[in-house]
Amino acid sequence: MDWFYIQGILMLAGINLIAVLGLSLLTGFTGLFSFGHAGFMAIGAYIGALMTVSPTTTPAGLGLPFFVGVIAGGLGAGIVSYFIGRITLNLKGDYFCIATLGFGEAIRLILNNVQIFGGSRGWPGVPYKSTLPAIILVDVVAVLFLANLVRSRHGRNMVAVREEELAAQITGINVFKYKMIALVISAVYAGVAGVFFAHYMTFLQPKMFSLTKSTELTIIVIFGGLGSISGSVLGALILTALPEVLRAFEIWRLVFYGAAVILIMISRPKGLMGGMELSPGGIRKARAERKARLEAQREMKQAQEGEIRNA
Amino acid sequence: MPEILRISRLTKRFGGLAAVNDVSFSVPEGAIVGLIGPNGAGKTTIFNLVTGVYSLTDGQVEFGGLNIAGLPAYKIADLGITRTFQNIRLFKNLTVFENVLTACHRSASYSILESILRLPRFRQEEKNITRKAEELLSIMGLSDRRDLVANNLPYGMQRRLEIVRALALDPKLLLLDEPAAGMNPDETEQLMRMISKIRDDFKLSILVIEHHMDLIMGVCERIVVLNFGVKLAEGNPEQISNDPKVIEAYLGVAEGEANA
Ligand SMILES: Nc1ncnc2c1ncn2[C@@H]1O[C@H](COP(=O)(O)OP(=O)(O)OP(=O)(O)O)[C@@H](O)[C@H]1O
Ligand SMILES: [Mg+2]
Repeated sequence: MDWFYIQGILMLAGINLIAVLGLSLLTGFTGLFSFGHAGFMAIGAYIGALMTVSPTTTPAGLGLPFFVGVIAGGLGAGIVSYFIGRITLNLKGDYFCIATLGFGEAIRLILNNVQIFGGSRGWPGVPYKSTLPAIILVDVVAVLFLANLVRSRHGRNMVAVREEELAAQITGINVFKYKMIALVISAVYAGVAGVFFAHYMTFLQPKMFSLTKSTELTIIVIFGGLGSISGSVLGALILTALPEVLRAFEIWRLVFYGAAVILIMISRPKGLMGGMELSPGGIRKARAERKARLEAQREMKQAQEGEIRNA
Repeated sequence: MPEILRISRLTKRFGGLAAVNDVSFSVPEGAIVGLIGPNGAGKTTIFNLVTGVYSLTDGQVEFGGLNIAGLPAYKIADLGITRTFQNIRLFKNLTVFENVLTACHRSASYSILESILRLPRFRQEEKNITRKAEELLSIMGLSDRRDLVANNLPYGMQRRLEIVRALALDPKLLLLDEPAAGMNPDETEQLMRMISKIRDDFKLSILVIEHHMDLIMGVCERIVVLNFGVKLAEGNPEQISNDPKVIEAYLGVAEGEANA
């Protein structure tokens, strides 16, 4: 394996990670499952590419710098998600999930028919702009923003919505608003990931953003552990690299991939990290919780033994 | 005494069933009022109507002179009404401390941008609400369970934590739905004292649903009796315990249940 190859995997993992982090906020912290985030990636990818593609290759292209594409792609996905949220976030429970699935597929089918982007045949000529350092930089910023957000009152309100919606309401939390914030942020992350993806592949095709892609993102979040940013990071690295490493097994690789995921989920049903964070604060918290649990168990046992003796 | 809550001609129908039918009563400021009645009388439904969990079919709910009927639940909580639930609804996977800290969110005002960038206001306000949550836990005797995940808390303490979480919002009116359910006599005794203490220390009014007659008679200044969705009687504990209608409809049933 040469560096070029490894670098490619790392870049893909880093790009996936951006989208996964956003989804982690929506699914892991706010408790909303989405099967349409590939749709937001697609919106980001196509808008970003539209900004940077040279007018000489595609008449609609604007030939603007890459960072303009990144911002426009993220914003575009965020704005679309706001309107999707207005329609779907009032739906109860699983209906939101189904609505996102419909949205993702709709975006793909629409793109299949937009001829200026090449329709289903695809759109070549996107400039190669995604570099590993740029991706790592965005990953770091994305992790920091997210970690700061979830450890604030706003993040706690989202977790409250995940834990117990009714209790959140009567605690003065505007459930709809916080679901919306989580959705929009997750879509912006997905959009930015899409822009980097487009400028890594240099070729776009609607079928890259199929239901399989959405599912992959959600699987990574669950695999890493709901409510854990470190879990999402590990999940994105492992589950993006795994299929590549398994390439040697050719057609069997997806079977191994599936088996590996199932194995982990059986041995760690709450995902790799099980809601824990790999940070000094996170480890301190996990230890305090463990200590409190053991103490409570010991007390309970003592009380029971006391009762038996008294009886 | 001015009234903090006034319910007038409140009605809630579920299909053909009038769970609450033309009920009027009020809670004087600073009072502890009991709401009693047999199973299915409509007590919890009244809580759900007052807190905006259900929309009402007819009638009015005034809180501090303001008509709050039709407002979403979170706004009513903002205005100063909080509650506990008959079937405990804690943030189960969060620790005791996190449950209370989450509910302190109204005591901070920093924006999302300020939290993402860790600006000074974020740090300052986080420090303040952390202190507030810790103080509340210590007042209510839950400090030594600070880091326990709420789900692992003994039942009685879960009920107490729900009260602490409600208090974190600095409510003016606290609604307690069967706070003693599932508690042993010791815990119930403790709870009785706590309810009076909360009213005095936090300067709020309390409306409490309970089946434990000792508790109701012990702490309430006024009692409202419901039966089949209608108000049967209202008065002080002595009046209520001597009211033949109440004895027949409610206490009679309760004794029958106790013997069964
Ligand atoms: N969401 C609902 N849909 C339909 N019927 C309901 C609903 N909520 C309550 N009811 C009905 O309304 C009536 C009053 O219920 P409520 O829960 O208010 O009784 P309660 O006085 O709190 O009784 P308990 O002491 O058992 O808690 C019952 O007949 C109940 O079945
Ligand atoms: Mg009830």
